[in-house]
Amino acid sequence: MFGYYLDMALRSLRRNRALTALMVVAIAMGIGASMTTLTVLHVLSGDPLPRISSTLYAAQLDPRDMGGYRLEDEPPDQVTWIDGMNLLRAKRADRQALMTGGSVAIQPAQSALDPFYEPARYTTADFFSMFDVPFKYGHAWGASEDAARAAVVVISNKLNDKLFGGGDSRGRMLRADGHALRIIGVLGDWRPNPHFYDLNVKNYGSDEGVYLPLSTSQDLHLAHLGSAGCWGNGGADATPVAPCVWLQFWVQLYTPARANAYRQFLIHYSQEQKALGRFPRPPNVRLRNLMQWLDYQHVVPGDIQLQTWLALGFLLVCLVNTMGLMLAKFLRRAPELGVRRALGASRQALFVQLLVESGVVGLAGGLGGLLLACLGLWMVRRQPTDYAPLAHLDGAMLLLTFVLALGASLLAGVLPAWRACRVSPGLQLKGH
Amino acid sequence: MGIRPILSTLLRHKITAALLILQIALTCAIVCNAVFLIHQRLQRMDIPSGIAEHDLLQIQLAYIGDRPDAYAQAQTDLATLRQIAGVQAVALANQLPLSGYAMSNSGIKLRPHQQHESLQVASYYGQNLLSTLGVRLVSGRDFQSEELLDLKAVMPALHSSDLKHLPHNVIVSQAVAAHLWPGQDALGKTIYVGNDIPLQVIGVSAPLARPDALQLGAQYSIVYPIRLTSTEGGSYVIRTAAGDRERVLASALAALKQLDPDRIVLQQRTYDELRQRFFESDRAMAGVLLGVILSMLVITALGIAGLVSFWVAQRRHIIGVRRALGATRRDILQYFQTENFLLATIGVALGMALAYGMNLFLMQHYELPRLPSIYLPAGAIALWSIGQLAVLGPALRAAAVPPVVATRGS
Repeated sequence: MFGYYLDMALRSLRRNRALTALMVVAIAMGIGASMTTLTVLHVLSGDPLPRISSTLYAAQLDPRDMGGYRLEDEPPDQVTWIDGMNLLRAKRADRQALMTGGSVAIQPAQSALDPFYEPARYTTADFFSMFDVPFKYGHAWGASEDAARAAVVVISNKLNDKLFGGGDSRGRMLRADGHALRIIGVLGDWRPNPHFYDLNVKNYGSDEGVYLPLSTSQDLHLAHLGSAGCWGNGGADATPVAPCVWLQFWVQLYTPARANAYRQFLIHYSQEQKALGRFPRPPNVRLRNLMQWLDYQHVVPGDIQLQTWLALGFLLVCLVNTMGLMLAKFLRRAPELGVRRALGASRQALFVQLLVESGVVGLAGGLGGLLLACLGLWMVRRQPTDYAPLAHLDGAMLLLTFVLALGASLLAGVLPAWRACRVSPGLQLKGH
Repeated sequence: MGIRPILSTLLRHKITAALLILQIALTCAIVCNAVFLIHQRLQRMDIPSGIAEHDLLQIQLAYIGDRPDAYAQAQTDLATLRQIAGVQAVALANQLPLSGYAMSNSGIKLRPHQQHESLQVASYYGQNLLSTLGVRLVSGRDFQSEELLDLKAVMPALHSSDLKHLPHNVIVSQAVAAHLWPGQDALGKTIYVGNDIPLQVIGVSAPLARPDALQLGAQYSIVYPIRLTSTEGGSYVIRTAAGDRERVLASALAALKQLDPDRIVLQQRTYDELRQRFFESDRAMAGVLLGVILSMLVITALGIAGLVSFWVAQRRHIIGVRRALGATRRDILQYFQTENFLLATIGVALGMALAYGMNLFLMQHYELPRLPSIYLPAGAIALWSIGQLAVLGPALRAAAVPPVVATRGS
């Protein structure tokens, strides 16, 4: 039966080529625009570490003075050196890491390459195990290297390719800012997007090539890269003594109960610091897990959301357009439908037949929409934004394209089909 | 010709007519808001930086490792750059307007111990800053070169609250002066930053835009009498004639490389490129919006044309009868035009309400201002014209139906 309906649908669509083309183009444009923006939104609002994100938390404290104090203020996004070190030493979480961004000048051993600046991460050892960072060669450093301010470094796969042709570079020396650092590990393919653990540098497409112990970076006076929020006489300088927040503190807590206990610990710590006179403000702490953190930081650009709304509005216009055209077309065929009714076809059969016709329009529109979405995403990738290289269609979005196209066209077909199959068999036969 | 027969025909095609009205309404609402969004972006891209944009170059360098002699090196660099033919002035600045990244902001208070800051401003500093950028002083004076303090000495003084080694003077932009002391002379007034560090206003500058966060007030900026080096994030700003920019940039880079080959060039560009980069996303957004508006108008026009073509084909017999009964071609043409005008009018009326609703939603979620009412009639005229344009083809075909059709069977 379905084959017969399909055949009839194709015949009917061929009869009004211009109208069919108009409906297909309308659906294709609506789907193309929607899928382009939805794909970008999907890529940008994704979970960077889907397996473990619910156990990772960003800790926030409020060490600021009373200047500009409001009860409803959120604590700063980062922590001070003193608080970061205190929390690290307390070891009250399952894993914890204190880190900040940096930038180091790399002087390649081979003279063919000019010196260049590479984004860096200065962090404590748990960073790698906590974020489940894959290693291609070697391993991370441990607590002992942190304590000893060891001159060791882990580099990214990309930097390893650039400097050492992708070989096993363990044991070789990296000259950074005039200091020799021993390479102990090379990362595998690891580029979490968004760059959740430090949103002060670049939200998307950040690729740090150099990872070294935080203590070592302080010893060698390596340059800080990121923001420093200061109060009082802080002059935006990221140093241990300045009244500034410039480090990120992340913890891993395996259960919600552990998270609650940690939150209590943060409150207790703040009270203690207030009693000592270090925190002038009343305790104000937050412990957000990874996805809550991204939401709180509004990482998805407002423009992208706006474009998605716009595209969905456009799809709606295209849908209404197609619905009107389909209604006119189906009603025009009332005589033919009347004949089929008179010959014994049930209303239900007519309804299904007409829906198959709209489904065919939807599939054709979906195919066109897919092409337009690929074109749209190609245009997005050419834009000079952080997230441009990420805009690719994946399997889920491909499926969604056809589901959306088919759903939209069936939705556009339901009302016209319902209206058209209500013809009474006798009435239409009279005139002929 | 009366509207009554048109209405009664439309009432027999209730659902189709309703769909057409809905489409016109949605298009009108979305187009009004999208055009408004484009206007907002264009307005933002028009912000004056206040500096001699087409005459400026920026070069940012970085040393490898510590450089104890950075201040001496900076003076040598500046002197060398000034020697290059075509160079009018050279500055070493901490940041530039509309560069997209603020190195330094300050919270200003008007009294010591004031609980909340009066204004958040961008803080500029550096050597020969205002004269090189081409920002004129409205009143007061610029800093003398011997008044400038070294940033490396200011930082420790700041931490120990050693007022003696901190700046005592400041230059504020006109916008800051007007905000803090409306209708008064700003010269000689005192502002407080950080832990109540007092600064006396010695000059008021013409507008000078901030590097980013324009929503905090695009022209709120102040200038400190501090100088810095490229190790502290400063960059060289060179003023030259617009036509000489490329040549001067190349010579400047060569000269700096010759002075010290072990430096990495982080940034080398004209100010126009910098400004272009800052507004890139706005330009892209405006392009996307324009594309969607045009596509939507085309789809709607084609939809109207398609639907009316159908109606014309469906009513051929009736049109023939009317023609046989004495209706002129003009009458038939007008019939379809009036019908479309009626549909568009209802659609536009509905669309205005929808446009207003959408604007409310956008105001709540994306910090947009209210839609100016001029957009509504403009949207209405656009939709009316598109409707009339779309209906013209099918209506002309209807008018061409000969009266003889009436004599044939339907």
